[in-house]
Amino acid sequence: MERDHLSVVPDGVAASSSGGPDLARAIRDCAKGDHDAFARLYDATSAKVYGLVLRVVRDPAQAEEVSQECFFEVWRTASRFEPDRGSPLAWVLTIAHRRAVDRVRAVEAAGRRDRTYERTVVAPAVDATSELAEARVEARRVRTALQTLTAMQREAIELAYLGGYTHAEVAMMLEVPLGTAKTRIRDGLIRLRDVMGVTAR
Amino acid sequence: MSADIHALSGAYALDAVDDQERADFERHLAECTSCQLEVDSLREAAAQLAATSATVPPETLREQVLAGARQIRPLPPRVPVLVPTRRRLTVLGAAAALVLGTVVWHPWQDSTPVAATAVSRIEHASDAVATEQSLARGGSVTWYRSASLGRAAVIAHDLPTLGAAKVYQLWLQDSAGRFIPAGFVGSGTNATVLAGSAVTAQGAGITVEPAGGSAQPTSAPLALVAFGSA
Repeated sequence: MERDHLSVVPDGVAASSSGGPDLARAIRDCAKGDHDAFARLYDATSAKVYGLVLRVVRDPAQAEEVSQECFFEVWRTASRFEPDRGSPLAWVLTIAHRRAVDRVRAVEAAGRRDRTYERTVVAPAVDATSELAEARVEARRVRTALQTLTAMQREAIELAYLGGYTHAEVAMMLEVPLGTAKTRIRDGLIRLRDVMGVTAR
Repeated sequence: MSADIHALSGAYALDAVDDQERADFERHLAECTSCQLEVDSLREAAAQLAATSATVPPETLREQVLAGARQIRPLPPRVPVLVPTRRRLTVLGAAAALVLGTVVWHPWQDSTPVAATAVSRIEHASDAVATEQSLARGGSVTWYRSASLGRAAVIAHDLPTLGAAKVYQLWLQDSAGRFIPAGFVGSGTNATVLAGSAVTAQGAGITVEPAGGSAQPTSAPLALVAFGSA
């Protein structure tokens, strides 16, 4: 019936990369209106939030707007964070990613997609992965884990998550049937989850 | 509902669905705990990808975010519905009567990690409502219902042993008052999730039935609980 989705988490690694008890405490304090806790939460997550949003929306000005909206929602809905369902970082990034995707879809719908953005290589002004040793280690760990996926799974996931495309659009872009795109995305994510040992805590 | 809907869990976890697909899948999630668990775990995996694109934002963003938050009021936590305490005795063989036990209010949970067993998830859901009831024959049950997970569970303590030809059967009571079979619970002390969606159910119950269970209760419930509105 219900499959157990737990995997063993190596001590310390997942704690720092998923936020752990300190971030959970910060979120709980935000729910009580603690602005210092909010500043701590911002400092711990802003590079990942802004970097992910920037990757999806491409335009730095819009990335700032969407990141700001994300953090306002984090602050406003902190009381709704459920620690038994997932890590603090995943909660914040889920909000960020959803808003980034909503933004690109709205831009598309309004016909305002600027073709120059598609051709521009995103070169971030400040690259966290080159500045912080810890960020570098984390990025390397993820890239190593990604190598355990097939190239096709990686491609589908990157287009869907980092590109902000629907799975139907991904299927057309990769010239595969809809079911194949769905399966590659799901199987690839399951593999990534199991290799990295992340839990739905 | 085709088996295909479960395959959408990965795309959904990545927001790679259009508005219609999102609405359809969220309706499905309200009734499928295993998909909800899977989506949560796949979101954890997806969040790891952000490490590869991490980029320090301009300092001005920090100022704007921290200043802006000062004008935003944090939402309060969801307060579960409290049912007033009333007791009525159920007599075996009499018509089923609704019994309201003492409601135990679960405050918003601490961040202690819990094992994601199905019963535990329902028990520790932030909107879980618990009801303890003592049974006339001995033993007690604690019902848990989470509207957000759409499931109910029961933890039984010291239920008297039944003869070989009898079994404790669980029921969900739908909005029309009909009892729907929802599984079994053993004698002694154990726990189980009730089969089926507890979103629209108005309550749950437990009866003694012949081994193998019955399609409808054949005796008055040992315990009946009313769920508050979702």
